[in-house]
Amino acid sequence: MMRDKYSRPHVAAQGVRLKTSAMIASIAGDDQPTRMAPFGTALVELAKSRPDVVGLSADLAKYTDLHVFAQAHPDRFYQMGMAEQLLMGAAAGLAREGFLPFATTYAVFASRRAYDFICMAIAEENLNVKIACALPGLTTGYGPSHQATEDLAIFRGLPNLTIIDPCDALEIEQAVPAVAEHQGPVYMRLLRGKVPLVLDKYDYRFEIGKAKLLRDGSDVLFISSGLMTMRALEAAAELERSGTRAAVLHVGTIKPLDTETILNEAMRGGRAVVVAENHTVVGGLGEAVARHLVLNGFSGRFHHIGLPDAFLDAGALPTLHDRYGISSQRMAETIRNWL
Amino acid sequence: MAEVQGQGYIAQALGIADVLAVSYFDGLNYRAHDPEWEGRDRFLLSIGHYAIALYAALIEAGIIPEDEIETYGSDDSRLPMSGMASYTPGMEITGGSLGQGLSIAVGMCLGLKRKQSGSFVYNLLSDGELDEGSTWEAAMSAASFGLDNLIAIVDVNNMQADGPSKGILNFEPLHEKFAAFGWHVQRVDGNVIADLVTAFRAARACGQRKPRVIICDTKMGKGVDFLEARERNHFLRVEPEEWSRALEAINAGRAS
Repeated sequence: MMRDKYSRPHVAAQGVRLKTSAMIASIAGDDQPTRMAPFGTALVELAKSRPDVVGLSADLAKYTDLHVFAQAHPDRFYQMGMAEQLLMGAAAGLAREGFLPFATTYAVFASRRAYDFICMAIAEENLNVKIACALPGLTTGYGPSHQATEDLAIFRGLPNLTIIDPCDALEIEQAVPAVAEHQGPVYMRLLRGKVPLVLDKYDYRFEIGKAKLLRDGSDVLFISSGLMTMRALEAAAELERSGTRAAVLHVGTIKPLDTETILNEAMRGGRAVVVAENHTVVGGLGEAVARHLVLNGFSGRFHHIGLPDAFLDAGALPTLHDRYGISSQRMAETIRNWL
Repeated sequence: MAEVQGQGYIAQALGIADVLAVSYFDGLNYRAHDPEWEGRDRFLLSIGHYAIALYAALIEAGIIPEDEIETYGSDDSRLPMSGMASYTPGMEITGGSLGQGLSIAVGMCLGLKRKQSGSFVYNLLSDGELDEGSTWEAAMSAASFGLDNLIAIVDVNNMQADGPSKGILNFEPLHEKFAAFGWHVQRVDGNVIADLVTAFRAARACGQRKPRVIICDTKMGKGVDFLEARERNHFLRVEPEEWSRALEAINAGRAS
């Protein structure tokens, strides 16, 4: 998008409080149930039974919820400073010595700045490092420096790496012990702070590599990951009011992809398939699903809701989610117009 | 090894041979028959293309059988051109993406301390790797964590892919730089065995709660006069008739 920094914006009258990018501590709706710092809490719980667990931060412990672990286990917490390459290299070294490091930073810094270290020091040697990163996709209004809109595209190309995109607090809590049990490197997208609690109503059980049908419906099949599953559930409820019945298949693991379940659901009942992801439309879940469906003879209707291939605006998160079509209202509109 | 290929990182290998000889025959604790023995000192080669030299050391140390030497760089060999952990016994890390070794070493040192192990981690890095910012991230953290079980060996042969290192990015004054980062620093002629032995022993025994670095000034192509004299010797082609001359020169040097 062409932006003209010399054109003065509309300035509100004095005393009117504008929406700002600072009002984004949580993606939770006003009346939504939430849990605080599910990642940090789950890691503390895991550490009780796993003395090999250590936590590393690159000066973002407080902003990835790792501070909860650091407070509970100061002797097992390593502050690596604002040095993401070192963070990943040192995590590899700790894994080599038999420890189970959880290396945390923001998704932008892991995927962009430290990629070569994750690739060569960790993934190529299949080391047991768990990389957990806050601010995936569009979960901050700070602009492209903090918006990891292409992290999945970057990491999907990396052999050996398992990629998790949890939907809510419950899934994060379940994923932490699961990725610890898994042998090999993992990249996990984190929701931090006050994280919505959604999946408890669906009797959900996270398993690495398994997609789960959360609700059924005969007209539309949402295939979604991360917070977009929460949005897909909301959009499905919204669509139901106008008589459209939508199913939601949650794909908590982006890689390895549960191709069997995805294909079975897509082929069942001639529903229109909609992939929804909190990620650029390039190289993420949508393209992964489309490739698999095409290779296996799917010829039904297919739609893809994701972020545009662009550097996104700064601003307040609700505004941006509306602007880029990933709020539940905008999703419901999109589907209604498309059908 | 390089004779089979006719070319390779021969000048670096000759330059670092003395350092590796001291590492494997005076410095490091290891068990040749058990390269992953928990009590070993770890030797991390971050400069992957120096593998040709490390293979020779691993063969001399009895970790790799000598008859594999001819397979260097060939299909299905355990001795690839750029050193990788999954290929070769005794190769601790995958090098080649320069500037990663010291960060990995920091993590291993932290891990060894958690295990209350007395083992040391050695990281051999090149002067070219001093260009990489990550080397200095690691240098700063090693001192910050007081990693007295870390010994970095910097090979200053003053030659990189594009030419003399000091003309690429000036890394001097190196002694002062590492000292300012909080390291115990020694600088020696990396082609004088007696000085290397003294420096390696002093690095282990220094007693300060600091990481240690031994800066080794080495000569590219050391011991083979016509290779020492070549101006651009980062990646050398050696003609078939030159190999016997080179061997003669090395043997003559050994005898003297």
